[in-house]
Amino acid sequence: MTATQEPTQGEIGRDRRRKEDQRLITGRTRWTDNITLPGMLHLAMVRSPFPHARITGIDTSAAKAGTNVVAVYTGADLGESQGACINAWPVVPDQVTPAHLPMPSDRVAFAGETVAVVVARSAAEARDAAELVEVDYEELPAALDLKESAEAHTNGGALAHPDLGTNVSAVWRFDSAEAGTGGDVEQAIAEARQDGIVIEREYRQQRLIPAFMEPRSVVVDPTGEQITMWSATQVPHILRFALAATTGVPESKIRVIAPDVGGGFGGKLQQTPEEMIAFAVARKLGKPVKFTETRSESLLTAHHGRDQWQRLTLAATKDGHVTGLKVDLLADLGAYVAIVGGGVPVLGAFMFNAIYKFPAYQFQTTNVLTNKTWTDAYRGAGRPEATFAIERLMDELANELGKDPLEVREMNWIKHEEFPFTTVAGLEYDSGNYEAATARAKEMFGYDALRAEQAERRSRGDKVQLGIGVSTFTEMCGLAPSRVLGSLNYGAGGWEHAEVRMLPTGKVEVVTGASAHGQGHETAFSQIVADRLGVPFEDVEVLHGDTQISHKGLDTYGSRSLVVGGEALVRAVDKVIEKAKPVAAHLLEASADDLEFSGGRFSVRGTDQGMAITEIATAVFAAHNLPDGVEASIDSEATYDPVNFNYPHGTHLCAVEVDTETGQVRMRKYACCDDIGNVINPLIVSGQVHGGLVQGIAQALWEEAVYDENGTLVTGSFVDYLLPTAADTISFDLDHTTSPATTNSLGTKGVGEAGTIASTPAVVNAVVDALRPYGVHDVAMPCTPERVWRAINTGGSGGETTEAAAPHFDESEGAAQ
Amino acid sequence: MIPAAFEYVAPTSVEEALAALAEHGDDAKVIAGGQSLLPVLRMRLNAPEWVIDLGRIDSLRGVRDGGDHLAIGAMTTHHDVGEDPLIHEHALLISKAITHLADAQVRHRGTFGGALAHADPAGDLGAPALALGSTFVVQGPGGTREIPADDFFVDLFETSISEDEILTEVRVPKHGGWGAAYEKFVRIAHQWPIVAVAAAVRMEGDTIAEARIGLTNMGSTPLRARAAEQALAGQPATEEGVAAGAAAAAEGTNPPSDLNGDADYRRHLATVLTRRAVLAAAGRG
Ligand SMILES: Cc1cc2nc3c(=O)[nH]c(=O)nc-3n(C[C@H](O)[C@H](O)[C@H](O)COP(=O)(O)OP(=O)(O)OC[C@H]3O[C@@H](n4cnc5c(N)ncnc54)[C@H](O)[C@@H]3O)c2cc1C
Repeated sequence: MTATQEPTQGEIGRDRRRKEDQRLITGRTRWTDNITLPGMLHLAMVRSPFPHARITGIDTSAAKAGTNVVAVYTGADLGESQGACINAWPVVPDQVTPAHLPMPSDRVAFAGETVAVVVARSAAEARDAAELVEVDYEELPAALDLKESAEAHTNGGALAHPDLGTNVSAVWRFDSAEAGTGGDVEQAIAEARQDGIVIEREYRQQRLIPAFMEPRSVVVDPTGEQITMWSATQVPHILRFALAATTGVPESKIRVIAPDVGGGFGGKLQQTPEEMIAFAVARKLGKPVKFTETRSESLLTAHHGRDQWQRLTLAATKDGHVTGLKVDLLADLGAYVAIVGGGVPVLGAFMFNAIYKFPAYQFQTTNVLTNKTWTDAYRGAGRPEATFAIERLMDELANELGKDPLEVREMNWIKHEEFPFTTVAGLEYDSGNYEAATARAKEMFGYDALRAEQAERRSRGDKVQLGIGVSTFTEMCGLAPSRVLGSLNYGAGGWEHAEVRMLPTGKVEVVTGASAHGQGHETAFSQIVADRLGVPFEDVEVLHGDTQISHKGLDTYGSRSLVVGGEALVRAVDKVIEKAKPVAAHLLEASADDLEFSGGRFSVRGTDQGMAITEIATAVFAAHNLPDGVEASIDSEATYDPVNFNYPHGTHLCAVEVDTETGQVRMRKYACCDDIGNVINPLIVSGQVHGGLVQGIAQALWEEAVYDENGTLVTGSFVDYLLPTAADTISFDLDHTTSPATTNSLGTKGVGEAGTIASTPAVVNAVVDALRPYGVHDVAMPCTPERVWRAINTGGSGGETTEAAAPHFDESEGAAQ
Repeated sequence: MIPAAFEYVAPTSVEEALAALAEHGDDAKVIAGGQSLLPVLRMRLNAPEWVIDLGRIDSLRGVRDGGDHLAIGAMTTHHDVGEDPLIHEHALLISKAITHLADAQVRHRGTFGGALAHADPAGDLGAPALALGSTFVVQGPGGTREIPADDFFVDLFETSISEDEILTEVRVPKHGGWGAAYEKFVRIAHQWPIVAVAAAVRMEGDTIAEARIGLTNMGSTPLRARAAEQALAGQPATEEGVAAGAAAAAEGTNPPSDLNGDADYRRHLATVLTRRAVLAAAGRG
């Protein structure tokens, strides 16, 4: 027996601290706003205070005379050079899509829209001069209320874009009977009305603001052969495409760099008017320019999320087997159809049936234009809305049946032995085990003990009631198989690209088309490459976010980076090994068939002969002794197009205490068991889950973008748009079960959105559960103390949010409140 | 978020500050900790030509024992007031309120005088200062004058400090031996109160001998809940006894309606929070 070396611990599965944290957390790095170029000019935007108005005149003369002001441009001045903001997903062929100029010259369609841009030598001077631009507006009736706007074409109501004649941008529908994936939902509902249970509800997905940590910023340098744009974006590749496609500048003349980007949550997957304006101004002046938004501008104009009304009908048999689900949405697009835009509700279309075996299903969304900030993808994009609706309904069904909500779910969910399972929405779920995840979550949560405490508090009539909420979610992520996107009329594919460069010194550079903005790709991707290529973690450098380095890619959103980008990377690494093999055989004077590759070495079977892949990289660099006909490179690239979506799932359990005197809701316990397949880095996964949970909990309890009847965003700062901090949350109990994905080599599933998708209904279900003894069946989000109190005392779901904010700083106008 | 340009002076005495104020009049604003003024300037809600910084006037800082009262220098930071042993002993209600005020960063910059001069009805210091019957000392070209708490707060962001005056000191009568509690109701931790109740209670055995109750954000100024104070005096410090008195807490108030709650909800909250604050102050919470 020969002594074998202890295998070194694999990188995959290790809770590595993130390489990027030092520079990201200290801020000593290249955020876009940290970039300063010689002769750089600064921009300030002049924005409309009105949601809908005709621009009747703009006087820029005073601003032009301002100190160190270089230029002031209106939409008319920039004309076609501004390009246009594109919608990549016309969800129906006849979608009504208003033209979206970055800076309109005739009419503004939401409060905050840019009407003029000031260029000055300093940001302060630009801001000063912006105050001097005088704009004359003629106010137009504004389409503000979503329900009213959806009907405006029938009753002469306000139109967001009068020339379009309607606010309805699209009606998109899926019906399982028509698609052949299931039965007729109307029939299922009719039968249930006769002899079963019908649950009909209307839920509101309030408008949210992504509120990434780093406000958006853009720098454009037109002085090189390529025009370079640095932007705080999630989508450098898509942005380059859009710049080229709408300005006529050849794509090869544009370089887009997403340097370190401080969060996005979907909020930075836009092609923004500000980027287009900066690009146009830089080209016009031939000088580098910078624009960095203030937090107030960010809250007002960066795209918002959610904002739907959901009309839902669930049919079930008397014993609680679901028989049909009908979903009728109104989705607020805001003033323009954004890049994903009307596709966001459509992304939810395949998820309302969730983990349950509905025999019949119908989904319809009516996408509506209003004179509010445009909406687009926000962490989860369509799937949180779907998960919320179905998980709320399953709790309502359980209540109707007088059964435990977990029992009713189990009666209806796909059993683990039934995978792969084709759903009523036509998706094939590859793997999962809802039983296992639920069992583990219940154990961590102490489900039975908390139910006992709840019963005890109820019988005692305690002023503080306990509620338990359940969410057994799944989602579709890993966007996306290109063919599926094509069939849905999406304007791009869903593949991802990767390259592996073997450097002469034995180090490795990895290029990915995914564009990290806080996720930790540099760490996780290094771990994958280190394991697969058998090189030290430290020797792997991950490059991304610069179209000159990463020329090909589809960027980061929809929990796609690992499951699509990671797979591309695996394939590129495998190609490196394949390419190295003949070289190794040549150098080792062995037959390629006798070589095996492991731990970073090729060895000749049955001998002690071998060579590290890094040595081969050096030999290939020298190229002194290569086999005939073999090129002097083992660098490789791969483009991977996923064959299917990816379906993480999990069971989330939440306990809240509700102070029935004040309506205050306090988190008591939160336990979740997520099945995200194999885990590359548990620490990063925990970070994603923790952050995701808080974002979802925040929708349930705190966050809401509120407009007043004048179309003014009243939650225009963090004083009124309530973001939670660590002080508002509790410690979460996390665990995982593992059903590896069968559609990628590493068996991974996306985790970027899971926590957000799962947690919102768990919390609201818990709040409602606490209040069942008071006859409460719904509390609208966010479940503010006032709403909870009103629901207890006057029934209903707690009423509307009053559309006014208290001033805390506004001394000059304070007295007018 | 760049303020419009302004001229800046940082005098080292109150007299110099008053002279600067007299010279620039309407065009000047004094700055204390800047925690309210700077956001105003940065959001360009106001653009004074002159900013007079009180930060270098040492005489305005610190807590002094004035015999029957404590004198709190206007420029003493929230943090320093909250940690002061004299305050703990004689004006416990104020330190209780400060633990709930904003966050640590703001408490280390913002000042006692600045917050009261700012007169945000949702500010956490008005109600305790009012409840304890404080006197506000202001200095102007004509010398100093003392303003009783009941006359100090005029309206939303408005006090009886004149344009040419500076608040120098707040005198808080000693309330040694009084129990105190500040019940602040918020949705997230670092928020201004939706409603808050400041209660100081003097007990005689199990009976509430005297109660002083201030309300935050129940009108355009901090308010005294006088009806509740009267109803509570002489009551036993029991749940029922206190609840009966606290029921009058919202009497005579005119709370705002905004996205955190409508007026009727705030009135209801005031009664619940008064009951809780008084019970806590009486050691029964
Ligand atoms: C993020 C944040 C959260 C906050 N949360 C809370 C909270 O929860 N509760 C709360 O109560 N407050 C809160 N505040 C406000 C805080 O208490 C401020 O410290 C206070 O309102 C102002 O004090 P200052 O010393 O900073 O005054 P400044 O901002 O410097 O001045 C405020 C106003 O008072 C005037 N002024 C200042 N000093 C004098 C003086 N001596 N004489 C005459 N006029 C004067 C100024 O001219 C100005 O108009 C918060 C502030 C921030 C930024």
